[in-house]
Amino acid sequence: MGIVGIGRTPATPLSPGRSYKELVFDAAVRAYHDAGVEPKQIDSFVPCSEDFLEGTSIFDEYTPDQLGAMLKPVHTISADGLFGIAAACMQILTGRFDLVAVEAHSKASNIVDKEEIDTLALDPVYNRPLGLHPHFILGLEMARYCHETKTTPEDCAGVVVKNRMNALGNPHAPYGGRLTLEDAVRSPLVSDPLREADVSRTADGACVVVLASVPAAKRLRKDSVWITGIGWASDAPSLETRGWGTALYATSAGAMAYRAAGIKHPRTAFDFLEIDDTASYKELQHIESLGVCRKGEARRLLRNGDTRRGGKLPVNPSGGSLGMGHLLEATGLYRLAEAVEQIRGTAGSRQVRRARTGLVMSWRGVPTATGAVAVVEA
Amino acid sequence: MPRVAVIGAGITKFMRRSLETGKELSYEASTMALDSAGLTLRDIQCVCNGTAPDAFDGLHMKGEYLLDGCGGYGKPYMRSYVGGGTGVFTPIQGWYHVASGLFDTCLVVCEEKMSTCRPHPQGAFLTIFDHTTERPLGPNLLWIFALEMNRYMTTYGINKRDIALVSVKNKKNAMDHPSAQLPMEITVEDVLNSEVMAWPVQRLDVSPTSDGAAAVVLASETVARKLTDKPVWIEGVGWNLDTSYWTDKDLYFPRYVEKAARMAYTMAGIREPKKEINIAEPYDPFDYKELHHLEGLLLCDKGEAPRITADGVTQRTGTMPVCPSGGLLGVGNPIAAAGLMKVCELFWQLRGEAGKRQVPGTPMKGVAQAWGDLMQVGTVVVMGRDKVKPKGTRRGRGPRPRGSAG
Repeated sequence: MGIVGIGRTPATPLSPGRSYKELVFDAAVRAYHDAGVEPKQIDSFVPCSEDFLEGTSIFDEYTPDQLGAMLKPVHTISADGLFGIAAACMQILTGRFDLVAVEAHSKASNIVDKEEIDTLALDPVYNRPLGLHPHFILGLEMARYCHETKTTPEDCAGVVVKNRMNALGNPHAPYGGRLTLEDAVRSPLVSDPLREADVSRTADGACVVVLASVPAAKRLRKDSVWITGIGWASDAPSLETRGWGTALYATSAGAMAYRAAGIKHPRTAFDFLEIDDTASYKELQHIESLGVCRKGEARRLLRNGDTRRGGKLPVNPSGGSLGMGHLLEATGLYRLAEAVEQIRGTAGSRQVRRARTGLVMSWRGVPTATGAVAVVEA
Repeated sequence: MPRVAVIGAGITKFMRRSLETGKELSYEASTMALDSAGLTLRDIQCVCNGTAPDAFDGLHMKGEYLLDGCGGYGKPYMRSYVGGGTGVFTPIQGWYHVASGLFDTCLVVCEEKMSTCRPHPQGAFLTIFDHTTERPLGPNLLWIFALEMNRYMTTYGINKRDIALVSVKNKKNAMDHPSAQLPMEITVEDVLNSEVMAWPVQRLDVSPTSDGAAAVVLASETVARKLTDKPVWIEGVGWNLDTSYWTDKDLYFPRYVEKAARMAYTMAGIREPKKEINIAEPYDPFDYKELHHLEGLLLCDKGEAPRITADGVTQRTGTMPVCPSGGLLGVGNPIAAAGLMKVCELFWQLRGEAGKRQVPGTPMKGVAQAWGDLMQVGTVVVMGRDKVKPKGTRRGRGPRPRGSAG
């Protein structure tokens, strides 16, 4: 499948005066313009949303108009945008659809208490009575990860410094900053060993991606970026029965995507990664779980500077969620859009050299163990 | 594009089920579906889940919560969502999982638990309306469907008596469904004398809220041929979503259902649905909706559905049985599960395994349809059986059949 159009609004901490519909309309217009198509040419639409994040039940009711998708095949996927990409890829692979648009957005600034909503995702019988704050669960996992891999909280702080720095070069990222390790390590403790700086803050924005079958993509543009592998998987939904050191969902989803893309050695296959960093340690954990390096090695890559934008394997040149903000279900699509710009060579001052093959990965956040992976190539 | 078959189906009893969690309901239906296909979870390569609003259970990311009950642990698992249309959409999602060539087998599970929403699930529906223009008015679903029913009746001069026949028929059909919540033998008079909810909608015009789950197993043609002599093919799929601004359109006809139906019929190569469709399972959360949807599905001319109902065409013994299962009015309406129940019914009917509900003759093709959102979405699946019984082969690789169904 070819990616023929991307459109996104700059991520912002607040978006007063603009509704989610206006954000999505803005992103859709940009994506259709980028692809050179009219919405009426698009065969199917896949918005991605969760009711509670929107404050509206059956939210899929409110998806078609701003996409120009009225009276068209439209269905919602209740997951991150990268799952929507998987759904779109499958539709195209059936041979019955040529152009499919995927949409996701975040209007996080409308949410009074995001963490309280996260606690509503906990098992109502076993976990919710314990009153687990999502940051407590992150802290617990960070402690386990650090223990198993001998990673230190300073290593994790290094991810924060890197990603916030990367975000400075990204016009879509609101949380860019020149931090020192000291700044990150001295930020207030949230849930030992997790500190305030380790956790991404939310942002508002919308992203639309237009996918095309091979013939349609070749017809529409010369520099289509190809999705050569897609995978998604879930580990145990219960907190008690999953391994906390390794992100098994990333391993399984990665394996599925690599198989499709014909990648045998993920350690050497990629020019850059755009992967989940909802919290700083998740970036390190995901690099390892995706098989890009051995378990416990990610901190070495970071310390050597390999994962910097100019390093051997740049990780999150966009600034990631730490720098761009966590965009709720749109997180995966923003990363995919970044990967497309890197491969097209239009990433401006954050351009990675020789970016031909990229890996994009998203995680659905606390308390899930569900993630999706896409391999994108020039 | 590989053909996709339904090779197993399962369904729980629909009723208020306070003792079971949604996970347990999902597990029960999934296990039945796997058993009927002669498979175990190990043979399943991916799982699709459908469930309607999270507000019923007060659970954020309900799909993630239901994951292990649906057998999604360690597998590619995805939840799709189109409001009330979800039950028939989820098998469509399963269809594209298999038809894409990425998977050979797929478990499709739909679950709904409405009883957790106290005092009544209508409370959850208050939050489906536009937060600025509609919610301050405090509307509920009965009101807006009363508007639609009124518009339909006024346009064609239909009276309540014509419409009540649907409720009588479906609740009677449900007498033979072991999962049914409201099987009843009632008369048109009973419907007309029942409590008025929001005129013209009366108590017996409406399906009951419910808890339940349903599941089907899908397989690619190669695998299906190895596992069963009676695959039921998904021959056509269609879905369509209309504008959110439901107040801006004429409610007399569900144009989005027509669009979805045309998409499915085109794919199935059906030119004359009135002649080629033998059984229909249109969505009937209200009795007038069955009529509305028969017209949307192009199974009769506009405004003609009450007539064919009065003529007995849609009876189980009629020339085109409609809702032989008992539909939502009789079997119950656990939203997503109710839609998939219709696909299960076609599976059993087309295989000749519907027991006391079996329609006469040898039905070749059936259509199932669901509807949802703000009078906005249509989801349609056309299913058919083989004309000639193929010879079963047992060569090559693929999931090994287990149990007697293999």
